[in-house]
Amino acid sequence: MALLRDRIARIEHIHQKGVAGRSVALGIEAIDGVLPTGGIRLGALHEAASAGPDTEHAAAATLFVAGILARLDGPVLWVLRQADLFAPGLAGVGLRPDRVVFAEAGKDVLSVMEEGLRHPGLTAVVAELTGRLSLVASRRLQLAAEQAGVLAILIRRSQAFDDPVLDEPTAAATRWRIAALPSPPALPHAPDTPGLGRGRWRLDLTRCRGGSPGSWIVEACDATGRLGLVSDAADRSARAA
Amino acid sequence: MRRVVSVWFPTLPTDRLGRPEGREGQGSSPNPLSHGSKGHGPWQGSGQRPDLASPVIIVASRVLTAVNEVAAGLGLRVGMKLAQAQALVPGLSVHDADPAGDAAALMRLAGWCLRYAPLAAADPPDGLWIDVSGSTHLHGGETRLLRDLVRRLTGQGLAACAAVADTPAVAHAVARFGGGGVVPPGGSVMADFPIEALRLPAEVLANLRLMGFERVGPLAAAARAPLVRRFGALLTLRLDQAAGKVFEPIVPVVPPELIQARLAFVEPLLTAEAFSTVIARLVALVCGDMERASLGARQLDLLFERVDGSVQAIRVGTARPVRDARHLGRMLDERLERVDPGLGVEAMRLVVAIADPLGFVQTSASLVETAIPDIAPLVDRLANRLGEARVYRIAPVESDVPERSVRRVPALATFAGGWPADLPRPVRLLDPPQPVEAMALLPDHPPVAFIWRRVRHRVRHADGPERIAGEWWKRDREMLSVRDYFRVEDEDGRRFWLFRRGDGSDVETGDMRWFLHGFF
Repeated sequence: MALLRDRIARIEHIHQKGVAGRSVALGIEAIDGVLPTGGIRLGALHEAASAGPDTEHAAAATLFVAGILARLDGPVLWVLRQADLFAPGLAGVGLRPDRVVFAEAGKDVLSVMEEGLRHPGLTAVVAELTGRLSLVASRRLQLAAEQAGVLAILIRRSQAFDDPVLDEPTAAATRWRIAALPSPPALPHAPDTPGLGRGRWRLDLTRCRGGSPGSWIVEACDATGRLGLVSDAADRSARAA
Repeated sequence: MRRVVSVWFPTLPTDRLGRPEGREGQGSSPNPLSHGSKGHGPWQGSGQRPDLASPVIIVASRVLTAVNEVAAGLGLRVGMKLAQAQALVPGLSVHDADPAGDAAALMRLAGWCLRYAPLAAADPPDGLWIDVSGSTHLHGGETRLLRDLVRRLTGQGLAACAAVADTPAVAHAVARFGGGGVVPPGGSVMADFPIEALRLPAEVLANLRLMGFERVGPLAAAARAPLVRRFGALLTLRLDQAAGKVFEPIVPVVPPELIQARLAFVEPLLTAEAFSTVIARLVALVCGDMERASLGARQLDLLFERVDGSVQAIRVGTARPVRDARHLGRMLDERLERVDPGLGVEAMRLVVAIADPLGFVQTSASLVETAIPDIAPLVDRLANRLGEARVYRIAPVESDVPERSVRRVPALATFAGGWPADLPRPVRLLDPPQPVEAMALLPDHPPVAFIWRRVRHRVRHADGPERIAGEWWKRDREMLSVRDYFRVEDEDGRRFWLFRRGDGSDVETGDMRWFLHGFF
């Protein structure tokens, strides 16, 4: 079985110019271990969406994506449909403003994203998509990302909560669903003290090519974009290495 | 879809007299009436400068050919005898007509109008045409383009009226007889215009009036054959042009001082591949010229001269001077789909409309890879596609008010600094903030619960207040106003950014209403 997996992986990566193995680790072993390349693979298309009532504004998904980008270097193209993104919020998880070029593409989000992927020099292209993504369109993006070795992330948004459109099959390598969870008190030893601690997310890997889905409870991105693992026992948080 | 702007200068000859001498080339003017890198104005000043607040008339053969607004208000009309005018208004400022100067001024104005679109032409004796097909989005739409055009022209002391329509004939008529404005695509407005709107010779117009024709509508509906027999083919041609049945070409001005290259073909070209080949050769020619002049292109116009005499054009712009033939060629290739070759293209001309100095730095001979990847080509291509204002970076501004703490800067601009790291800010900002109903203890407790979009959110954790005072040093109205921001988390774990207008005790500082401003 392991042999077969290895062979398939080699066939799949044969036309990727040396970027096949490159990936950015999420920094949590439990999650990275599930992903076939030990992290979010560069040169592939990934999808992220928020769950529940946050599906429309995708704030948690945006922070998750910005946290991944914060741990990479180099310029990022962020393709918007409308401009409701607030750059100080991105800077708050470590994505500096001088790294991001924004493009308001209206309805042309996907073609502008592809244009960005085909251009050498970018580290990552992020696009915010409202509505349907066809299998053909996603395959085009996946191929473009693969050829360029550029990380491509789609933030899927929708007016409807947990829109079934977001669950339709696409060619994305991984698909993440981020849901906010109630966070523990800011000071665990004094639960009545007012204040707001680190946020908490349920991170669902609903689809993973070459791996198996999973679900984890994590602490939201900190100022450098890192997630933290929540140990199941109690409200103790273990910082990721 | 063809869209043509017509500009009418009702008082061009007299406005030209009032033009102060030697103002051209002064860089301080916010409306540089210059085209390309050379700073010449659309016209030169004349010898003497009359005061345009007094009546000014222009005469040829002792007959008035132009009057300014003041003179028109005093009852002077074009066509009057000079002696009669002088008898009516003593102390008239009289000037000799200079038709050649007027025509030259129009040509310069047309050259200046190339800033809006690659095809612009003089429409003698008192107008301009600009073919803005496919380039209005670069100026924020047709209405804004017209407003900007008229504002810049009037700012230079030129009375102007502009209209945009599907055909040159309709735009011409609307600018002169319809007060200007935008005629929507497919809109037909000619029927109600007087027959003067058809650009016919005076004697034809006089005879038509004798026959009882006042408006274009009845004339267009009349039987053609008798009209042609009496007035010739010009009348029906003008009617067909007004109806959009006959294509009316615009012969664009090409300022001779610009770097350009033209290739004519033995056989008309039709295919995109052929155009690409020609583009590659044209770009190579132009880049050679630019290299000798140490210039780089900021804007390129590619004109396609069709067999039927019409001209099509595509325009590309760059964020900084470029002399890389591959990059320029690729940008032009991408715009090819907008070109309709019709029956074939017999010549193509590439004009460097705007060029800026560019040193000899293009070749990279070093073995080390460049440290910072160059994203300028990508920015150029996106800006050409989406419009320049829609590709940007966001730079920090030193302001405590959240919505004023960001500003858009061009995508290739460099800036330093950031936002304070210890003040948490949401990742999505609602603009404008949405009102919510919240229950909170005054003066400075976070809300216990709030209702947004008819959904009740119970607050489990909250952080705040972060007090943000109005910028009274910039805006008097914000002298006392205060916002208290809270970060709150509801029972599902979603995090919101709420604020209360006012400090919770003093009504002077705000009306104590709650708003939702963003999401974490």
